[in-house]
Amino acid sequence: MVENDRWGTLLAHIILILGVAIVIFPVYVALIASTHEGGTFFRGVMPLLPGGHGWENYSTVIFDGRASAGAPPIGLMLWNSFVMAMMIAVGKIAISLLSAFAIVYFRFPFRIFFFWIIFVTLMLPVEVRIVPTFQVVANLGMLNTYAGLSIPLIASATATFLFRQFFMTIPEEMLEAARVDGAGPMKFFKDILLPLSVTNIAAMFVIMFIYGWNQYLWPLLITTDDSYYTIVMGIQRMVTGGDSEPLWHLVMATVVMAALPPILVILFMQRLFVKGLTETEK
Amino acid sequence: MQTKRMTFSSRWLPYALLAPQVIITLIFFVWPASQALWQSMLRQDPFGLRSTFIWFRNFERLFEDTHYLASMKTTLIFSVCTTLLAMSVALLFATMVNRMIRSRDTYTTFLVWPYAVAPAIAGVLWWFIFNPSVGILPYILEGVGYDWNHRLNSNDAMILVVVAAAWKQISYNFLFFLAGLQSIPQSLIEASAIDGASRTKRFWTIIFPLLSPTTFFLMVVNIVYAMFDTFGVIHATTEGGPAQATNILVYKVFRDGFVGNNLGSSAAQSVILMGIVIVLTVVQFRWIERRVNY
Repeated sequence: MVENDRWGTLLAHIILILGVAIVIFPVYVALIASTHEGGTFFRGVMPLLPGGHGWENYSTVIFDGRASAGAPPIGLMLWNSFVMAMMIAVGKIAISLLSAFAIVYFRFPFRIFFFWIIFVTLMLPVEVRIVPTFQVVANLGMLNTYAGLSIPLIASATATFLFRQFFMTIPEEMLEAARVDGAGPMKFFKDILLPLSVTNIAAMFVIMFIYGWNQYLWPLLITTDDSYYTIVMGIQRMVTGGDSEPLWHLVMATVVMAALPPILVILFMQRLFVKGLTETEK
Repeated sequence: MQTKRMTFSSRWLPYALLAPQVIITLIFFVWPASQALWQSMLRQDPFGLRSTFIWFRNFERLFEDTHYLASMKTTLIFSVCTTLLAMSVALLFATMVNRMIRSRDTYTTFLVWPYAVAPAIAGVLWWFIFNPSVGILPYILEGVGYDWNHRLNSNDAMILVVVAAAWKQISYNFLFFLAGLQSIPQSLIEASAIDGASRTKRFWTIIFPLLSPTTFFLMVVNIVYAMFDTFGVIHATTEGGPAQATNILVYKVFRDGFVGNNLGSSAAQSVILMGIVIVLTVVQFRWIERRVNY
């Protein structure tokens, strides 16, 4: 720093600590609420210290669910979310690697045309074309399937662009050396490109896993069978299902379970996450 | 668009490699989008048996519809407030964290994780905090004489969804602002300090202008986020109410299409939204070109 400004630094610390407290506050409240029994919330304002019913609440939501409100146990919903997030992340990375490889390492007729078709998807989030996409998926008989949950969200231009950009930075000599040694395209892809892209793939994976896990509108539309509910959309059913006031302690236990996996992914892979985030947006 | 100087040659392999992505794109993106265009010019009878081609009547009707215009205004207010709140808080945090040396990583860790929380969950969290009967904030607000009720008061409802949507976006903006701040050459700041510029003056005359590419980029990203990704925030909390006060455009497409079953109008709204997305994307790419020549 330019000057030594003790009070300024102290003030900055105070602002940051307050800021962090505000940012954490909603999740703190959820954690606290999930450790109280249901009756607490009828007696007025929520307490700010943990109660003693944590295990009870969590085991209720994970194994039993709320049969009365049509909410299945969240163990199954967590599994569905996991499957969906994994399929989206792995699928996106796989098809993007292949198509980026084709676009960078081959010259063929209609290359630019294909590039533009892929580019178009960048512009259209699911939210703006929900009704017709829903009709297509319904016609293909993919409602209430894992394929229906994930495949329509797999095509994404962002991953393709990232890999294309990365492939462009790989030295020409790599390809020349591989050609001299007699490697074919797929051998080059498998033995040279893939090992070089490991960090990028991992960074992409973190972003795409979170993207897949947090999908909301899409699973809401195409799942009517509760054995395919994902956790993020299942919460909405818990909050609005039934006429009475939601059972806050169970809702909050579910919220914590739903938010935990992606938060853990970010905390444990922070470097990869930051890399993925800043590079996909270039 | 370039390739490598030296390429592989194969007649069929590049097509096979592209096939998975192109097929999925055609089936789930290009085809539905063209369907939306087509349906936006049709009117279906209430039973969905017959449809008549009516050119641009659906669009004309939308722009005469006071609900639609109100929803546009709501979207505008919502996106601008969310963007301003999320960006200004993030910029404050980023400048503060940037002063730190040892504690920088710790603060960053504490500030990035809300990115992982789904918009719908962010909505439910804040909805709980603001809940008129059990929430904490209404209790505090009551103490200062304000009767909070987002179920009846449309301003309260708007504040609720803006706070929930902005809260989640702070971490994203924070990371980009921090990266932007760290790429500003230290020599410029030292030079102005020697000339006697105070910290505040340095911020507004040197740092802020140099950050403007980041700021502009984030502005576009945040507006896109607020307009399209916040569906979950609205749907899980206010459901567009009270009295349409938080009925943003994306939510209205969903409501008219799936609940109201008015496919023609919903498709027309989709087409308008696509137009908005395309304009924003073009703006964003323009910016990228500019930054390359910076």
